[in-house]
Amino acid sequence: MPRITVDVDGTTYTDDVSPRTLLVQYLREQLGKVGTVVGCDTSNCGACTVHLDGQSVKSCSVLAVQADGHEVTTVEALARDGRLHPVQRAFHDNHALQCGFCTPGMIMQALDLLAEDPEPDDERIREGLEGNLCRCTGYQNIVRAVRDVSRQMRPGAGPAMEHSGRTPAPRTSTEQADTRVTGGQS
Amino acid sequence: MIPAEFDYVAPSTVEEAVRALRDAGEDAKVLAGGQSLLPVLRMRLAAPSTVVDLGKVSEMRGVREEDGNLVIGAMTTHHEVVRDGLVNEHASLLALATRTVADPQVRHRGTLGGSLAHADPAGDLLAPVLALEGEMVLAGPQGRRTVPADEFFVDHFTTAVGPEELLVEVRVPKHTGWSAHYEKFNRVAQAWSVVGVAATVLVEDGRIARARVGLTNMGSTPVRAHGVERALLGASPTGEAVRRAAERAHEGTSPGSDASADADYRQHLAEVLTGRALATAAGV
Repeated sequence: MPRITVDVDGTTYTDDVSPRTLLVQYLREQLGKVGTVVGCDTSNCGACTVHLDGQSVKSCSVLAVQADGHEVTTVEALARDGRLHPVQRAFHDNHALQCGFCTPGMIMQALDLLAEDPEPDDERIREGLEGNLCRCTGYQNIVRAVRDVSRQMRPGAGPAMEHSGRTPAPRTSTEQADTRVTGGQS
Repeated sequence: MIPAEFDYVAPSTVEEAVRALRDAGEDAKVLAGGQSLLPVLRMRLAAPSTVVDLGKVSEMRGVREEDGNLVIGAMTTHHEVVRDGLVNEHASLLALATRTVADPQVRHRGTLGGSLAHADPAGDLLAPVLALEGEMVLAGPQGRRTVPADEFFVDHFTTAVGPEELLVEVRVPKHTGWSAHYEKFNRVAQAWSVVGVAATVLVEDGRIARARVGLTNMGSTPVRAHGVERALLGASPTGEAVRRAAERAHEGTSPGSDASADADYRQHLAEVLTGRALATAAGV
């Protein structure tokens, strides 16, 4: 069995895996990272979205061996010390989930889209999330949550910050307002 | 669902990959971005004995200029193509079509070479490469050979790539200053094209000096709409000229019928979408 070394959520793992093991299986079954879920199993729904070297991928369509030497970020890396990441908080505040099954993937893809375009309009949000299916919400509140958080987060608060091992901590509304005013790349 | 067991090789050069492919025998499969192959393996529609992963072959990635051509490594991802300055400047049709492929996650992994070698007639990149008169560079045990796009696509999911060969790069003649549009018709987000039209035109002195049009999913291989191209030559870029030219879009097509559309509806769509693609490309 091939041996792989993968950085997952800031921890380096070295494991023997069967070549046919999917990345999502490796994350869930070998590492116990069950925050990432398997939805459709046919590359459509995006529920299993994680970041590979800072870019969103469907982890049911990547082999674990393909992640050898790379860096994976799952939804489990987002909250810090029991405090939700701003994107998670925005989903909560905007009621952007009902059953919640698509949420881990939606959140990871929302981060990817915000890293590409920190101030997306609604059309851009919908395009950015087109690889993620939700069967409950009708998407309205998901779009609202992403729009909301785009106003709160600094540009570059997505995968780039994950690379540096930092994830933006939630801010108070006053601080958010300050960020918005001072804005810009940081 | 989990793929059937297979042996896995991850070579780091083209030569190693060709050797790995030969050693593995005919039952081997090449893994590029895996966005078509992995679903196929998971659904057990294929069960190769060996998978040769090109992910570590760095020489197959990236875009460069060479002798008036753009040379795009087969392992260049859709995401990279969409953002590449050279592609946007010299082959904007390809960048525009690539934007419409699947969804962002798939575009991060999927590759130009993988899409072309997979040769799904509904794939969005075949028609643009055909329209741009691209050439595929194949590497095999005997060395390299170049196959023009109109000979590369042989049938549904079938190309000129031999069992011991790899598609290593795509050479696209520069179409600098040409304007372009890819008009894709599908029913829902991230669905395959029912029909797609790739159009690029060069307007000089108020006339259409040159035109290239390729059709997606209008037969078992991408189709070049020569009749449309001829009808445009020398014309002023007007709505009327575009409409007349687009009427010829069905010529030489043999689309299939399936759950998405009947053949005659596809032919109707080809005309309508060609009109739209040309109107946008020519700025009508």
